[in-house]
Amino acid sequence: MQLVPYSRGEERFFYTLAALGGLVTLIGLASALYMEIHGHAVTGMNNQIVWGLPHVFAIFLIVAASGVLNVASIGSVFGKVLYKSRAPLSGLLCLAMLAGGLTVLMLDLGRPDRIIVAATHYNFSSVFAWNVFLYSGMFSIVAVYLWTLMERRMNAYSKPAGFAAFIWRLILTTGTGSIFGFLVARQAYQSAILAPMFIIMSFAWGLAAFMVVQKAMFAWNGLTLHPALRNRMKNLLGIFVAATLYFVAVYHLTNLYFAKQVAFERFILVDGGIFPALFWGGWFLVGTVLPLAILYTPGLLAMRGAVMVASILVILGAFCQLYVFIIGGQAFPLEIFPGLAAASSFGDGMVGQYSPSLPEFLLGLGGIGIAFTITTIGVRVFHFLPQDDLAKLEAAGHVLE
Amino acid sequence: MSETSSSRRRFVGASVAGLGIAVAPGIHLIAAQGPAEPAGASNAKRWGLLVDASKCASGCDACVKACATENGINETVADARQGSQWIRKIDLQDKRTGRQLSLPMMCQHCANPPCVDVCPTGASMKRADGIVLVDRHVCIGCRYCMMACPYKARSFVHQPLTEQNPEVPRGLGCVESCTFCVQRVDRGQTPACVEACPEGAMVFGDLKDPNSAISRRLAQVATTQVRADLGLDTGVRYQGL
Repeated sequence: MQLVPYSRGEERFFYTLAALGGLVTLIGLASALYMEIHGHAVTGMNNQIVWGLPHVFAIFLIVAASGVLNVASIGSVFGKVLYKSRAPLSGLLCLAMLAGGLTVLMLDLGRPDRIIVAATHYNFSSVFAWNVFLYSGMFSIVAVYLWTLMERRMNAYSKPAGFAAFIWRLILTTGTGSIFGFLVARQAYQSAILAPMFIIMSFAWGLAAFMVVQKAMFAWNGLTLHPALRNRMKNLLGIFVAATLYFVAVYHLTNLYFAKQVAFERFILVDGGIFPALFWGGWFLVGTVLPLAILYTPGLLAMRGAVMVASILVILGAFCQLYVFIIGGQAFPLEIFPGLAAASSFGDGMVGQYSPSLPEFLLGLGGIGIAFTITTIGVRVFHFLPQDDLAKLEAAGHVLE
Repeated sequence: MSETSSSRRRFVGASVAGLGIAVAPGIHLIAAQGPAEPAGASNAKRWGLLVDASKCASGCDACVKACATENGINETVADARQGSQWIRKIDLQDKRTGRQLSLPMMCQHCANPPCVDVCPTGASMKRADGIVLVDRHVCIGCRYCMMACPYKARSFVHQPLTEQNPEVPRGLGCVESCTFCVQRVDRGQTPACVEACPEGAMVFGDLKDPNSAISRRLAQVATTQVRADLGLDTGVRYQGL
């Protein structure tokens, strides 16, 4: 494929970005190697908080990867012209984020060297094992979908391929939510609402990530998104953020109604230290209220970069939400003897303590580095800049002022 | 054929060959493993343990020490929360009445173990005689079983280990838990903790044999399964809880 020639300055900037992404990736891989040699003793994870910061990064990337494909689905499956031109970028971002997330998840294993064991031994009652199939299937389906979009002779098949990707993605995020939903004994999880909640969270996080990348690409090319198009996309982001708020509210309200769950809710929402702070200050205020205010207040929306800021806030809120959900859910003491106060040398009856260490943070960041590098190179090699044909959009019923 | 296309073909060919060389030994090893040798476990038995909490003294950790000696859990850890505990003593107090009791907690060897359900590779497994184990060679260290266990009975090995008991392989990056001292059970002995308890508070035996000491006791006294509401049908039962 012919590369579009860059100017000298652009070329230099591209290589700087690719090198930066590569460096972050390398640092992440080096951290994983350090953890492999010394064991998880060099992380903040322990026998109570068994999943830590790498899982926050990995699950964000995997869930957002599924959601970012929503943009393509709206185009291919629901026939919206505005989104059709964005489908290739959406597919690329999906693959990039999935690769980043899965790499982090794999490198955090106690025995990442046994990846071949994970690929050859399956226990089909395990949600994790289902996810191994769902993730690898997602790669294949999205790759085929991208092919149908980019190869003119295959264009006719883009609709069924897009439909397959759409269905697969819904099942995939159901699988991710079910990793937690199927845990029988933890107060924080064991809820059927987690699967649809993860799906709606994926819509919001994925679209936010898409908006950030799209904005960066448009800025690179000296373009601006048509205000009417920006309006449509920001409204969709607002709806997804509000829908996430609805699901999280229902999850907590249900818990609050059950007497046996009240102590857990009190911990997460009121007196659990960092967790209520991140829940209310991070997810609720920064990740939900502020973006909604920006997206729906004309005065704020008119400010330069408003949608970009709202998207970044949604992503920050997502990290806070996952930290509370994953770490907070484990920190709350497991209730082995209901009605009895327990004490032991193994942290029974006590809130689990967790201080993330630098290597695990860098491993998580390495996942972002992988996604960033793949996206940067992918966008350079392929023609993924969304091209809006305004005449076509108007013909499709969009009112462009 | 253009020069670029031919060099690309050579590159792709070399990459595929390299990948094959890298992966083939692993596939060969897996293929060479063959079927697992039967460990001698039979589903005619189901091993179980009865703990009389009314006899268990707070502050006594003879069972914990015996377990550590038998299974080679002797490493020193910088952060105690990262250390392995196959069996631990829990002190309990009724929040309303103030009644106190102490008991040992370990893998409950469930008939329907959540750890086995969630394990992606099948490393967590239940033997035919009901003993729940982790296959050290198949565990990838994902810790999903630790998330699933309602008893916090599993530990993850956070650091490299030395001086292991050859009969009880343990390993960095793997999950482990009480095995009912399977190596002793297979020799016809009882678990180390049972033997070490100075109060004789633990009875080990075959739950399927109506004449075993444990079955006779279970038929005579009221016993409890911890978190019986989960329906896991535990192999460990408690008296006086």
